[in-house]
Amino acid sequence: MTTATPTVGAGVQATGTPGRAARVRKRLNSRTATLVSIVIALLWTIPTFGLFISSFRPEDQIKTTGWWTFFSDPQFTLENYQEVLFSTGSSGQLASYFINSLAITIPSVLFPLAFASLAAYALAWINFKGRDWVYIAIFALQIVPLQMALVPLLKFFSTGVTVAGVQILPAWDLVDEQKFAQVWFAHTCFALPFAVFLLHNFISQLPGDLMEAARVDGATHPKIFRTIVLPLITPALAAFGIFQFLWVWNDLLVALIFAGGGDETAPLTVRLAELAGTRGNEWQRLTAGAFVSIVVPLIVFLSLQRFFVRGLLAGSVKG
Amino acid sequence: MAFARSRQALAIAGVLGLALGVTACGTGNDKKSSNASKPECAAYEKYQGHDGKKVTIYSSIRDIEADRLDQSWKQFEDCTGIDIDHEGSGEFEAQLGVRVDGGNAPDLAFIPQPGLLKRFVDSGKIKEVGADTKAMAEQNFTPDWLKYSTVNGKLYGVPLGSNVKSYVWYSPKTFKDKGWSVPTTWDELIALSDKIAASGTKPWCAGIESGDATGWPATDWIEDVLLRTQGVEVYDQWTTHGIPFNDPKVADAVDKAGTILKNEKYMNGGFGGVKSIATTSFQEAGTPITTGKCAMHRQASFYANQWPEGTKVAEDGDVFAFYFPAVDPSKGKPVLGAGEFVSAFADRPEVQAVQTYLASGEYVNSRAKIGDWLSANKKLDINNVPNPVDKLSVQILQDPKTEFRFDGSDLMPAAVGAGTFWKGMVDWINGKDTTTVLNGIEGSWK
Amino acid sequence: MEFDFAAEQPKFLMLMYGLIAFVGVVGGLLLLLDVVPAWFARRREERLVAAVASGTPLPRRRKPREGVIALFFLLPTLLFLLVGLVVPAIRTTLLSFMDKDSSSWVGLANYSWLFSEDSIVRVLINSLIWVLLVPLAATAFGLIYAVLVDKARFEAVAKSLIFLPMAISFVGAAIIWKFVYAYRGDGDQIGLLNQIVVSLGGEPKQWLLESPLNTFLLIVIMVWIQAGFAMVVLSAAIKAIPADIVEAARLDGVSPWQMFWQITMPSIRPALIVVVVTLSIATLKVFDIVRTATNGNYDTNVIATEMYNQAFRYQENGHGSALAVFLFVLVIPIVIYQIRNLRQQREG
Repeated sequence: MTTATPTVGAGVQATGTPGRAARVRKRLNSRTATLVSIVIALLWTIPTFGLFISSFRPEDQIKTTGWWTFFSDPQFTLENYQEVLFSTGSSGQLASYFINSLAITIPSVLFPLAFASLAAYALAWINFKGRDWVYIAIFALQIVPLQMALVPLLKFFSTGVTVAGVQILPAWDLVDEQKFAQVWFAHTCFALPFAVFLLHNFISQLPGDLMEAARVDGATHPKIFRTIVLPLITPALAAFGIFQFLWVWNDLLVALIFAGGGDETAPLTVRLAELAGTRGNEWQRLTAGAFVSIVVPLIVFLSLQRFFVRGLLAGSVKG
Repeated sequence: MAFARSRQALAIAGVLGLALGVTACGTGNDKKSSNASKPECAAYEKYQGHDGKKVTIYSSIRDIEADRLDQSWKQFEDCTGIDIDHEGSGEFEAQLGVRVDGGNAPDLAFIPQPGLLKRFVDSGKIKEVGADTKAMAEQNFTPDWLKYSTVNGKLYGVPLGSNVKSYVWYSPKTFKDKGWSVPTTWDELIALSDKIAASGTKPWCAGIESGDATGWPATDWIEDVLLRTQGVEVYDQWTTHGIPFNDPKVADAVDKAGTILKNEKYMNGGFGGVKSIATTSFQEAGTPITTGKCAMHRQASFYANQWPEGTKVAEDGDVFAFYFPAVDPSKGKPVLGAGEFVSAFADRPEVQAVQTYLASGEYVNSRAKIGDWLSANKKLDINNVPNPVDKLSVQILQDPKTEFRFDGSDLMPAAVGAGTFWKGMVDWINGKDTTTVLNGIEGSWK
Repeated sequence: MEFDFAAEQPKFLMLMYGLIAFVGVVGGLLLLLDVVPAWFARRREERLVAAVASGTPLPRRRKPREGVIALFFLLPTLLFLLVGLVVPAIRTTLLSFMDKDSSSWVGLANYSWLFSEDSIVRVLINSLIWVLLVPLAATAFGLIYAVLVDKARFEAVAKSLIFLPMAISFVGAAIIWKFVYAYRGDGDQIGLLNQIVVSLGGEPKQWLLESPLNTFLLIVIMVWIQAGFAMVVLSAAIKAIPADIVEAARLDGVSPWQMFWQITMPSIRPALIVVVVTLSIATLKVFDIVRTATNGNYDTNVIATEMYNQAFRYQENGHGSALAVFLFVLVIPIVIYQIRNLRQQREG
């Protein structure tokens, strides 16, 4: 079974009793598939690769010649990276922003994960009136552009909630690193509809007999959720975790509004945008900056990839 | 870093103190107590009495220029004990609205568009400047400048930095080698352009690509030409919508600008044809001057920062700028420029103290010494301005013959000035005719 | 300057508080759900015992309160959504009937503006092109690639390379592609596309100026990013097809072509739906790519970019909100499709 490669349009008739010729042909086939897929993957990477090469070229070279001239006339410099990594000033060091990014990202991934899996379980396996409508409503909320939510949410944090002149919730009044809490809150809100949608898709396809059996044994919903559902959906959790991680890590807008732009709270993206200078005159730094910010998401993806692929698989099995 | 730590502690303590309604003196032995007794602090005496207070400033100024800003008020902070917390953002114009509407306004903002300033005044968010600040502003700035931050007779902001936009950048070295001379009238400018074009070099280069502000350099062109062909009165009517945007006088000016901007013989040295103006970034638009592929580039004084490293900016150097000549020099010397205004969203005494300080002679001279900056502040001593182009700008601004006008696109409603006007100019460069473009912009101005 | 870790301490402390809050909230919720029903069960048992002892009629056994339990499961999500999305959505809808600084009601004026302004009509058409093309192209590519790469050698590496663009922000991706499309009239080209054109003997072009080609070039950027997402999800789904089904089909002598349409496609249908729906919604909201690459100039504007410009840069809250509401409307077909799916699932 390990050599089964359903190549599209290959038109090779597999016979009931695969003979030697067929096996050879199949191996050839899988070799073409390998070759084609690697070529495509390389093509896919060229634009990024071009930027990568550019990040090692001197400023005037980037602005006047194409990155491929690097191979005929290699002019190598680490200056761009030096400026990005070690330039200091009133805005502080890059490491500070790096830590901010981590402090923002980790809870912003965990909260929606937990809340959405609880919600998705309830929507899939607890029988209550109107659950389909709740699900559809949450699903539809995906379309609300987060830009339109910025002002009301900021108001919620900075002035609290007042209904008919009565203060129901006070303002948060957070300073410096406490503002992380606002960013966690905002990211959680914006992530939930997609998270519920994705996780519901996997949870609702778990075999019903499993739940039924557990119910008969007298297990409560929390128990089923903890002991049966959670282990089964870890791949889906990993999948959503990666997407949310990438999204939060790369976000600029939400961080700018809710964390501010100082080195106490602003993430890497804010600092990188700033590095281009007030009039955009230092944009060659962006080439190096882009790679500095890619490193962490890439490590996360590569280290979770195995787990992630194995995991999704459990979800989409349907009896 | 240890300093940052204590500043942080101070900030937390300060805000908590305010929230609890106790005076900040109660927060104990601040490490950063004011050094009010030092001799150099004498100049700051009138700003004292706000020890330990924090004032937040929001602006569009980032990176190196933000560092210079922090440096410029360092002594003020030390002497008064006021902690100025500046934050710059590339999304300033959009984000300021979000913060203000979201109830999280900064104490002070440096607003570069009088149109935007007026919007916040209309919605009652900007506080009228205090009496001290007003006195300082009226003492140091001409009424011409103050009128841009005056709404219904009340002053809502004080001018800070400025720039001069009516410049043409050129290479003195090349001009000398080729025997070209700096033109002083429009006709001379065209004659020179033809001469250069005949010699096989494209005389002009331009670029209007600027991220989400693409188009603005072309609006400056139009404004500069309109000031020259029609004079300041028509210009004022146009920016306030006293005459329609597509008035024949305006169309005439646009076409006149087109004789240079949309002339394939003149454009676009080092980059290609006329259409390449649309995709060339304004930052690199003038750089072909250094390689001799282009002779002239009309851009503001701040373009001095855009030249490749090692380029000498001086009257006898690699590049310099001359005044964009008037059509009829006898009719006066119109100058297009811009600047930013310091407006307050809070009226706490320490905020007013900082606002007053920023309008003072002490501040502008302190900032100017650090470099790459100038102001229309009358107290600015030209000897404190290191950069030769900035010196020239200060001379122009302080010249009594100068008729200064603010960048029109900053005066118009944002939907026009930062919207359809910019986009219209992009379409215009890209081949659309003048009438269609102007009609479209007029249609969007309601 | 030495990096001072002490200065960073408050941040780690805050992160720790966040994690403690996380454990507290989630753990507390589960504990609550475990303990409370158990406590009720005990109470009922006691009452039953008491009733039997005293000979009074047995209290009627109440139905298990599924609804209450569900509410607890849903509570955090619903609260966050209420504050973060529901209230803003309602507010946006209200603002769309008000003037630019939201001070007076103007009825449908913003909507008539939406359909009368030529440039806005163009925006709506562009958005339609985006939402039709991106999910289709990205899903098709992702699917073909997932099938192709399945069990090929270097599978992990190849997949990582395709997925790589996902790790780059939209802004970063737009910058990368602006490099690819860059144009120089004189001298060397710095853009790859023009370099290729030139080396094939063609004339360099200003790609981003050529409408309608430029919209498609921007769509390429989005597909470049999102194909990785489609590929990863679909590849996982393909791997999840039970081996015995594939083997049985093979023994029946089906061709790879038939295998694809009769075995693979039906098996991965749920994953396919997730991918298409997700991509459609992401495409409707696409914002950074257009803003960074052209800022909507040269007839490339889309709804979300124009909405941001109107609401935040031009301070035209009414116009911006009307555009946002139009987005809500566009998602209705997807919602209806989703309802149908859900019905089928419940029945099937």
